[in-house]
Amino acid sequence: MAVELDVFVGNTTIMDEEVYQLWLDGYTVNDAVKARMDAGVLEECEADADVLLSDTMDQYRTFQMCERLLQSPAKLANQLLFQITPHRQVMLIERYYAFDDTFVREVLGKKLSKGTKKDLDDISAKTGVTLKSCRRQFDNFKRVFKVVEELKGPLVENIRQHFLLSDKLARDYAAIVFFANNRFETGKKKLQYLTFQDFALCAGQLINNWTVGAVDNMVEDMDVDLDKEFLQELKELKILIADKDLLDQHKSLVCTALRGKTKAFAEMEANFKNLSRGLVNIATKLTNTKDVRDFFIDLVEKFIEPCRSDRWTAADIKLYLTHYTNSAHILDPFKHQAVWDRYMGVIKSCIFIMYHD
Amino acid sequence: MPGKLKAKIVAGRHLPVMDRASDLTDAFVEVKFGNTTFKTDVFPKSLNPQWNSEWFKFEVDDEDLQDEPLQITVLDHDTYSANDAIGKVYIDIDPLLCTEAASVISGWFPIYDTIHGIRGEINVLVKVELFNDLNRFRQSSCGVKFFCTTSIPRGYRAAMVHGFLEELVVNEDPEYQWIDRIRTPRASNEARQRLISLMSGELQRKIGLKVLEMGGNAVVGYLQCFDLEGESGLVVRAIGTACTLEKLTSGSLASAHTHPNTAPASNACNSPSKDGKESPLAHGCRSTHNSPVHSACSSQRLSQNFSVSVPTLIFTGMGSGGSAGKEAGPLKTLLRQQTQTALEQREFPFFTLTSFPPGFLVHVGGVVSARSVKLLDRIHNPDEPETRDAWWEEIRQEIKSHAKALGCHAVVGYSENTSICEEVCILSASGTAAILNHRYMREGCLDIGSTDQRFEDPSPPSCGFCHIPYDELNMPFPAQLTYCYNCRRQKVPDVLFTTIDLPAEAAVTGKGCLIQARLCRLKKKAQGEVNATVISNLLPFMEYELHTQLMNKLKLRSMNALFGLHIQISVGENMLLGLASATGVYLTALPAPGGIQIAGKTTGDMSNEQHILTIQKRINDTIARNKELYQINPPKLFALDPEVFCGTNMELTEEGVGSPIPEPRHRSRLFRSHSESSDEVSELDLSHGKKDAFVLEIDDTDAVEDIHSLLTDASPPAGFHSCNTETMPGIYNWTTAVQMFTSVRVLRLSNANLSNQSLNKIFTDLCENLLKSFYFKLRSMVPCCLCHLNFNVAVPEEELIQVSVTAVAMTFDKDQTQERPAERFITKGGSETDEQLQFSLELCADSSSTNSQPSSRISGTVSLFTPAAKLCQSQLVVVHSTGVPENTIVSSRAASVDYGSFADRCSTWLELLRLKAHTIRRGSVKTSRRTQSLAHSVSSLEHCSPLTEGRSRSVRSSRSFGGSPVTMVKMTPLSFLPGTRNIKYLGIINMFFIRETTSLREEGGVSGFLHSFIAEVFAMVRAHVAALGGNAVVSYSMKDCVLMENPNKNQAQCLINVSGDAVIYVRETDQEPTASMTNMGQSLCAADGAT
Repeated sequence: MAVELDVFVGNTTIMDEEVYQLWLDGYTVNDAVKARMDAGVLEECEADADVLLSDTMDQYRTFQMCERLLQSPAKLANQLLFQITPHRQVMLIERYYAFDDTFVREVLGKKLSKGTKKDLDDISAKTGVTLKSCRRQFDNFKRVFKVVEELKGPLVENIRQHFLLSDKLARDYAAIVFFANNRFETGKKKLQYLTFQDFALCAGQLINNWTVGAVDNMVEDMDVDLDKEFLQELKELKILIADKDLLDQHKSLVCTALRGKTKAFAEMEANFKNLSRGLVNIATKLTNTKDVRDFFIDLVEKFIEPCRSDRWTAADIKLYLTHYTNSAHILDPFKHQAVWDRYMGVIKSCIFIMYHD
Repeated sequence: MPGKLKAKIVAGRHLPVMDRASDLTDAFVEVKFGNTTFKTDVFPKSLNPQWNSEWFKFEVDDEDLQDEPLQITVLDHDTYSANDAIGKVYIDIDPLLCTEAASVISGWFPIYDTIHGIRGEINVLVKVELFNDLNRFRQSSCGVKFFCTTSIPRGYRAAMVHGFLEELVVNEDPEYQWIDRIRTPRASNEARQRLISLMSGELQRKIGLKVLEMGGNAVVGYLQCFDLEGESGLVVRAIGTACTLEKLTSGSLASAHTHPNTAPASNACNSPSKDGKESPLAHGCRSTHNSPVHSACSSQRLSQNFSVSVPTLIFTGMGSGGSAGKEAGPLKTLLRQQTQTALEQREFPFFTLTSFPPGFLVHVGGVVSARSVKLLDRIHNPDEPETRDAWWEEIRQEIKSHAKALGCHAVVGYSENTSICEEVCILSASGTAAILNHRYMREGCLDIGSTDQRFEDPSPPSCGFCHIPYDELNMPFPAQLTYCYNCRRQKVPDVLFTTIDLPAEAAVTGKGCLIQARLCRLKKKAQGEVNATVISNLLPFMEYELHTQLMNKLKLRSMNALFGLHIQISVGENMLLGLASATGVYLTALPAPGGIQIAGKTTGDMSNEQHILTIQKRINDTIARNKELYQINPPKLFALDPEVFCGTNMELTEEGVGSPIPEPRHRSRLFRSHSESSDEVSELDLSHGKKDAFVLEIDDTDAVEDIHSLLTDASPPAGFHSCNTETMPGIYNWTTAVQMFTSVRVLRLSNANLSNQSLNKIFTDLCENLLKSFYFKLRSMVPCCLCHLNFNVAVPEEELIQVSVTAVAMTFDKDQTQERPAERFITKGGSETDEQLQFSLELCADSSSTNSQPSSRISGTVSLFTPAAKLCQSQLVVVHSTGVPENTIVSSRAASVDYGSFADRCSTWLELLRLKAHTIRRGSVKTSRRTQSLAHSVSSLEHCSPLTEGRSRSVRSSRSFGGSPVTMVKMTPLSFLPGTRNIKYLGIINMFFIRETTSLREEGGVSGFLHSFIAEVFAMVRAHVAALGGNAVVSYSMKDCVLMENPNKNQAQCLINVSGDAVIYVRETDQEPTASMTNMGQSLCAADGAT
């Protein structure tokens, strides 16, 4: 005697949020039943394991059928197959596109290709996120990437409108797309201490200031690609370190401003040239794709690590970078104020975000 | 050329990718009606084409308009090869043919393919211009309104109810034509879908013509079914009730949602007792199995006449309201004759309605049913479906004669169904024998209220229908009669089974619940006539056992009536399945049910006796628990005032005139009760002992099993209620949240050598587990009631049992104080309200002076043999006074009188009086009126329902109607949505779909396949309703769900037929506050008086 068929279909689609989460998390039906039992569903109403199994299977089937629609959320609102109340739809979409920070940290900046997809088992083993869930998250990244790639207009807004996501989630996806597009290296050991949210904030800075979209908001890929012209112009900053006089002048201006304001003054003074060279070199090399990828690692190696070994506080960093940026304006022979500001604005923000005490 | 159909194809969306190379589709559309086809241009390379076509115009006969659906096919253009079909949409344009229904069909329809399911959507606009056609001989019946709803649709009043309609059409099933061997499954499915669509169109048109012939303008309770007879053909049949409906004006609309106030409440005249005497037939609620095995060559008839008596209740609607008095006699007769002739003119005085305008239903006799086993053979001439007609005719005749035997002239809540396995077909029909008010049957009764006012019967509508319609002397079956506990003027049976809904005005104690009897019987595999004989031999036993189960379960719940009884017997190759579902209630008018007594066969065996004691205790505990659970505390309203009491008795006795003195045995019992009643200590016991307890004898293992199965039925978890009727008695504060669902479960019996017993267990568990699943899934809706639980069983293959259920979960207000909503009273006619008011004022005065409540019920104690019991008389032992102590907690509102002892005393006095007095004058009218008013005030007292709360709740849930681009369409099997009004009926939805797959595994197995198919069917129903401009389907039902699977071949096929009424509803605005205020005042007044 076996149950050959068992279905339950409501006119308004019945979906249990808990089961949905278990499904999203990649639990098998049996694991989900167990998890629900552990959560005490049975106690709150008189039911047995069979009922729970039947319910879980029904819901899993419903979710599987919905999955196709969730992959193009705009369809969910005007499809006819499932009658789902609007606020439920919002919940379904938001959760479907939610991701694990640990997982995304692993694939951030990687090419969203088949090759990466093959590595998902390793990532799953490493992060403890089930393979099924990894696949869903990876496919979500890829899908969003593919859709916005071909769209004009602001990246975050596009994602929000196309996938009906909340502002926060849309920003996170924008970061993921941006990272994947520019293939920023995030996996090196030295970068391990940074969380996804750190990178997402940095990405926001880069998108808002360094992309084509920052100057012209109606071109394709405007928020995904860095502004090539700007990168070219960055080469001009070389003068700050190449011209010995200028470098000394810059240093003395900064040191004058900083003196007595921080305990780390001695280290700042000693390291000024090194740090300045580091930052300017990063700027000048950004025309090379390879160096763009190493942007974050360079920031860590050339700036954050030396500061950290000298035990600068976050306040020190802030103070230093503020004066470092502003002093350049007073340098007479330095003519690239606009580029400098555009560059340093982002660098400053990124370093603030990336510098963990 | 009386009609012009216009269609415009606007756009498509979400189309599937048909060209792998481009990932796009070059779609165009063919629009076909009859033999005319138009095409749109190809919209290249898009999944969201915008055709924006011209108006395609079809000039057609209205006959075709009724028969044919508009057929829209979406195709992918292919330059080099044949165009690929994406899918189709069939649009039934019937709703456009009726002026009152929809005027345009416009909206997004799912594009459906029988192999792939829904593939995108198409936006279509359809209009019809109808020219007047005065041709008397026309073949069309445009304009006749159809309703699936089995009551007078809300917003209408029935000016006249004409009667029964039936029609069937037959055809060859395309699936079994030779061509099917060479065409694709898709082509075959489409041919079938189209044919069935045509056939139901034709059927509807023919029914419509009959309505016009009868002078009606609408069909209510329209029920259409398909019989897939396989090789022998395809039968589409329909039954319904012809009515003349009038739309209520907006002024009266507010009140109309409950009852059209046209109902003349005159049940004064229809005492059927005289008739009953004339009728020598003495059969109860009979179900008969007549099984002439039909075979074309030999015409041999194996006929078997079984009469299984079903416990049935009947009431006599004796116009005891004395105003008519004796002089009314001839008039009564006259009216009666009118009614009778009106009904007898009709071949079948059947009504598919299950609930009625007040006053329509006078008395209910009991369930009548008939089954017949037939052998199918090929229908040779589809235009003359004589055999099938004859079969049904035969069954209907039988039903008619059963009803007659019950002293009834009509059958209400009538339905027909079939179960087919290979070449054997069981035809079943069932209904409730009843006496109806003649007024609805007569011509020219439109000016209601003028002529028959004087026969207006003041007897309470809350119990009138329970009074027996047959004659006490010639009881159609043995039943224990008592005087009505509500009005004390008429006899009522001890149990009442019906197929109708609980009348809105019925007085009910406590809440109701779903009661099911389930049964499996193995049978040997056989062929042809042998098989038919085997089946027809089994049927009566099944029916009998189902009834016994129902009876036991009813008693176990301490209830005394079943409504909405539906018994389904399904035939399979090696077994028969029987499932009886009904809603049990405690009718205040009927006596309290006795307990269940367990008796052992062998005495002396200590262990055995111990065992019996244990079981007895369990049963008693269950009964006690159920009483609490369903809040069955019959109001114990008794007059302490001897005067009142005396008057009551007088009246009762007067009624007793001419009625026979009970058999000696009864008398002796009564006397015994009398003597015992003096013993105060034993009073509690007596209350139970006054009736024969139902005795179950444990003499073999079967009996033990039976008792166990009796006790295994789990009651719904806290916060849940269930019923299979429209609404749940005892629950009134519905909120607007509804969740309709369909659930299907198929069980494969792996063990081939199952016994009947284990099979029963499996089947019972299957049903119980389904219910458990529902409760679990819907737990977030608590407190909630599953209404209209409609179970359907089938044996699709050997070793498979399929159960499909459609029901609706409705939430109600937590602070349910078991109160009736004020509206119930408000909505009655103005004059009636006045009357009520007057009564209760009278009552106040009365009760303040007497400081007591006159009894509204008196029990006569008559020994009871239910018909079911009769058949197993050997097992029955008459027991009294050893029962479970009756729950004697007396409601604080009622005067605290011990009911049990009192009842006994009353009955004894009554008995004495009867013995002495041979002629006693009629009791005063006033007394009876007061009784009635009391009944009213008691119920009105119970309904200080907090309106404000109901409102705030509905406001809360209203936001579900947010800015979704797709209209939310609610669906319900009920005829209404709580807290709303149906402002417009847009027409009938009747759809038939086939879905097939050759990639079962890929679709998630058979569950995945069916799950998506059901979801698709819902989606298509919703889309059609939305396109008609509606936002809900009421009276929705899934009439067929035929699933065939072959997992080895990775294939499955499923057919689903659904129907319902498309409506526009609006949230109910405030009730007339003044009326409810009045009512509140009234109840307060009554409450004051009572305490």
